[in-house]
Amino acid sequence: MTAPLNLRADAESLAAPLPALLAEAEHLASTVLLGDHGRRRAGVGDTFWQYRPAQPTDAARSIDWRRSARSDSNFVQDKEWQIAQSILLWVDQAASMGFQSGDLPSKGNRARMLGLATAILLIRGGERVGLTGLRLPPRRGEAQIMQMAQILSEDSDHDYGAPETQGMLPHSRALFISDFLGDIAPVEEALLRAADRGVRGALLQVLDPQEEDFPFDGRTIFTSMTGALEHETLKAGDLKQRYLDRLAERKDRLTHLARTTGWQFQTHHTGQPATTALLWLYGALERRT
Amino acid sequence: MMWTLGPIGFTAPWLLVALAALPILWVLLRAVPPAPIRRRFPGVALLLGLADEDSQSDRTPWWLLLLRLLAVAAVIVGFAGPVLNPQAARDGKGDLVIALDGTWAGAANWQARMDRVNALLTEAALADRRVAVVALTDLPSDTLPFTAPNEWQNRLPNLQPKPWQPQDAADYFSAQQGSFETYWLSDGVDFEGRDTLLEALEAAGSVTVFQTPQLTIGVRPARFEDGQVIVSATRTPVGAAYETQITAVGLDPAGVERQLATVPLAFEAGDADAETAMVLPPELRNRITRFEITGNRSAGAVSLTDDALKRREVALIAGSDSREGLELLSPLYYLREALEPTADLIDGTLSDILLANPDVVVLADVATLSETETDAVHDWVENGGMLLRFAGPRLAASDLGRNQEDPLLPVRLRSGGRTVGGAMSWGEPKTLAPFENDSPFFGLPIPEDVNVTSQVMAQPDPTLADRVIAQLADGTPLVTRKITGEGQVVLVHVTANAEWSSLPLSGLFVQMLERLAVSTRPATPDATELAGTTWLPNKVLDAYGRLEDGSALPGVAGEMLATAAPGPLLQPGLYAGNDRQLAVNVIGSETLLSVANWPARIAVEGMATMRETALKGWLLSAAILLLLIDVIASLAVGGRLRGPRADVAALLALMMFSAPDAQAQTDDAFALRATSQVVLGHVITGNAQADEIAEAGLLGLSQTLFRRTSIEPSAPIGVDLETDELAFFPFLYWPITADQPLPSHDAYAKLNRYLRAGGMIMFDTRDADTARFGSGSPEGRKLQAIARSLDIPALEPVPSDHVLTRTFYLLQDFSGRYASRDVWVEAAPIGATQIEGMPFRNLNDGVTPVIIGGNNWAAAWAVNANGSPMLPVGRGMAGERQREIALRFGVNVIMHVLTGNYKSDQVHVPDLLDRLGQ
Repeated sequence: MTAPLNLRADAESLAAPLPALLAEAEHLASTVLLGDHGRRRAGVGDTFWQYRPAQPTDAARSIDWRRSARSDSNFVQDKEWQIAQSILLWVDQAASMGFQSGDLPSKGNRARMLGLATAILLIRGGERVGLTGLRLPPRRGEAQIMQMAQILSEDSDHDYGAPETQGMLPHSRALFISDFLGDIAPVEEALLRAADRGVRGALLQVLDPQEEDFPFDGRTIFTSMTGALEHETLKAGDLKQRYLDRLAERKDRLTHLARTTGWQFQTHHTGQPATTALLWLYGALERRT
Repeated sequence: MMWTLGPIGFTAPWLLVALAALPILWVLLRAVPPAPIRRRFPGVALLLGLADEDSQSDRTPWWLLLLRLLAVAAVIVGFAGPVLNPQAARDGKGDLVIALDGTWAGAANWQARMDRVNALLTEAALADRRVAVVALTDLPSDTLPFTAPNEWQNRLPNLQPKPWQPQDAADYFSAQQGSFETYWLSDGVDFEGRDTLLEALEAAGSVTVFQTPQLTIGVRPARFEDGQVIVSATRTPVGAAYETQITAVGLDPAGVERQLATVPLAFEAGDADAETAMVLPPELRNRITRFEITGNRSAGAVSLTDDALKRREVALIAGSDSREGLELLSPLYYLREALEPTADLIDGTLSDILLANPDVVVLADVATLSETETDAVHDWVENGGMLLRFAGPRLAASDLGRNQEDPLLPVRLRSGGRTVGGAMSWGEPKTLAPFENDSPFFGLPIPEDVNVTSQVMAQPDPTLADRVIAQLADGTPLVTRKITGEGQVVLVHVTANAEWSSLPLSGLFVQMLERLAVSTRPATPDATELAGTTWLPNKVLDAYGRLEDGSALPGVAGEMLATAAPGPLLQPGLYAGNDRQLAVNVIGSETLLSVANWPARIAVEGMATMRETALKGWLLSAAILLLLIDVIASLAVGGRLRGPRADVAALLALMMFSAPDAQAQTDDAFALRATSQVVLGHVITGNAQADEIAEAGLLGLSQTLFRRTSIEPSAPIGVDLETDELAFFPFLYWPITADQPLPSHDAYAKLNRYLRAGGMIMFDTRDADTARFGSGSPEGRKLQAIARSLDIPALEPVPSDHVLTRTFYLLQDFSGRYASRDVWVEAAPIGATQIEGMPFRNLNDGVTPVIIGGNNWAAAWAVNANGSPMLPVGRGMAGERQREIALRFGVNVIMHVLTGNYKSDQVHVPDLLDRLGQ
């Protein structure tokens, strides 16, 4: 659907204006991999933490000779213990995301771009980013972005997608981007399971303006993107209010769900600039609960 | 087979059975709802399970059904071939003559007559009869041309009415052999010989007359009475009061035919004649070529005008009025007396008069004309004007036409003229020789007492003999004439007053003016006057009242013109000959119109055949229109009328139901902008840089004026001399560039009018840095070229006491970007002397129309959009001082323009104070 290179270029240009996004490291101890989150105590890392008198157990080559030369005793330079956070993304690749109206980009495009832009920001910030499922476990580095773009470019032939919860590390962070128009039960289940493992994160609902407005009239047969679902009406205009009620209900449900699990929820329209959504994601992933 | 229903017949009535199927269609269409649209929409998951609230629109709405049924019904009825007013057949046997009056009275509804004839021919074809169609105004040369009716149907378009009455039809028909039935389509107006014609026709067979009572109006020739044009008309039949309008039509100055005036014409109940007066300015009246009844297409409703209605416009110009008060010695007195009763006299200056395009310009002892005036007069003569010059002392003393022939004199003149029979000369005063055959004065009696004491003499010349049209007894020319283009130049070799001859005192003078077509001739000539002349038809009138070119027709003898009624040999129209035009009209001033009445034995049928009208086309069009509406309505019902489709549909609907109306918008923005506030103008030279600086300069000057004085101008305007009106601007700044084009003649006329009416132009050659007194520059030469045709008075360098030096600031320097003293203004009148003890001379007259210099003032005034100076002036503070002086000079100039010599009046202040006892 989208060439990985294009997707990456778009995401890079979207991410460029923002400073490196550092997800808050909450439970650094839970992961053992190195990251850039200082733990305010001495350990393995790159940044200076303190000088301490050398102990006999310290290897001779760990002695900081420059500091030691200024006094009579030997000193060892301690580094701050730094640990990286893992963030797992799930971007809905189902057929329903392929919907677009007018000149606007399709929902899937927007969702992928936002997901990848977030990933780029996080990787720049030194985090480890991966996709839910087992295909792309969290890693750092630019190569990860390329791989992620590759995988995100694939399309699924399901009508509606459901979040994958496999491979979610305990106490990591997660980001689900979808239209959440399909069955709500899998989403609910995924969120609850994530909450069980102490995973926090954000839900971003990407909708097309037509889905928000329902600007239809007359006799119409509505079909899902693959054609699997069909609904016929004689007066589409009459359905508008009830459709909008249902949509609002769906949003309510998601908001409620997010609140109970400690997640963030936001709706984004493809008619709006992508930056607003990225800013919100930036804020949501930075937030300390 | 025709099946009729009221006034409508059907050619294929069986098709109407299909109408019975309409109710079935109704049921069918109603059961089928509009086809659904398939839409891919991810939100369908949320829609699942939502039922429609009501099931109203699963059926097509009733109005849409009705629309479709109407369309189908229209198609069915349309193909059934409906015909409005189907014709019934008439029977008869033997040969048939269809005789038409074919006069102008029937022209108005000639088509109806042709339809009737066509219907009669169709019937005759069904009855297999031979037919001859004959117009009584245009009889065939030999026997009646009987032939098959359908052949006549092809020839019907050739049958046209004629603008005269039948003349010898009775003789023609009584000479015909054999018997035939006659259908006579009468125009309803009686004519001479109708009774005998009827007898002749009845001798050959039965006669049926087709005649519809109709109102026929004839316009009589207009006449001129007490400054009014009296137009009258006659009508038949005489009935109730009736009001119509009569229109005077003529050419406008652009040569386009227009309605010049329209007056109502009311017939009183029981009156055959009506009459009304038109009061028109002479300029308009002379343009009238015909009068016509509005909306009446017939030759009778048109009355052509000839010279009888025209009053010639004569402009009188005398050499000088230095001897004002001596009325009888005025060069124009006798001319005025002679012409006043018969012509419209115009006074004014030559250039103003030529604008009015008079017929004749009389120059009484005028020797010199300016170059532009000469050209203008020459053009006017070439275009048909008549220039009549009288000699006099001034002409005799001038060098005009001495060495070579002047275009505005018919002959070369010898210097000085001659005097005979005076106190200081030998010989007797000369009398006139009899007029030659080819002279326009031929035949005028020469009174005994006319003698000539002085005259200007013509140089002997090969062409002289041809040009003399009147001479004295000794063979010297008295009147000479030269044809120039379409006009002529006539010189009378004596004065127009009684100084040089007694000619102006005699009746011959008036007659000669009349013969020269200076004064208007009496109305209608009689047969004796026209005897022996031949007149050529210029324009002829057809029966519909349209003018057509008549140059292909043969000439007509003058006697016939005066006496005969219009006929094939004398078509109504305009006849030209002998320098004048005569109109032959269908209706003369005495013509009476009366209704054609038929004896009781003649069957008279109405003319009004209802025309068969096939309605098929209309019905099918209606069906298509209905279907188009149906398309849009279906889209609307089906919910597909959204976004761009709605726009297209709206456009379609608009195209169907509205005709685009042309919007005429007049743009007075320029005039409003230029007149709602004081605005300084600059002449657009075509050089972008010069124009930009001029505009910026005037902007800077305007801002300075706004800040420092009570003059608050708005933004300056660039003026295009060719197109814009100059009168709005009190002041024009004209930067001279070497490459600007010279203004056109119109622009010069405008400029001269502007200068004369008190405008001021500031010419700036912008070359004072290089060109000083004595050295020329391209701009200077261009200024000379431009100013050559301008009405610029004598100039002098600005004197130190000129009012420009003190209208606002006290100044003696007029620097701009360059500081040259060579600035020229109108010279003070000679004789203005400085009074002892006064600071200034007493110069109270006028604003100088021009200021000429080269200091590039606009460059010194120019400011950019920020209000800071645009171009440097001089160096440092001294330069700024010079800029300040330039601005002050600008303020003084504008003050001078707007307040005139107000400051000059202050020289009286000491006197006034003295009188007040101070």
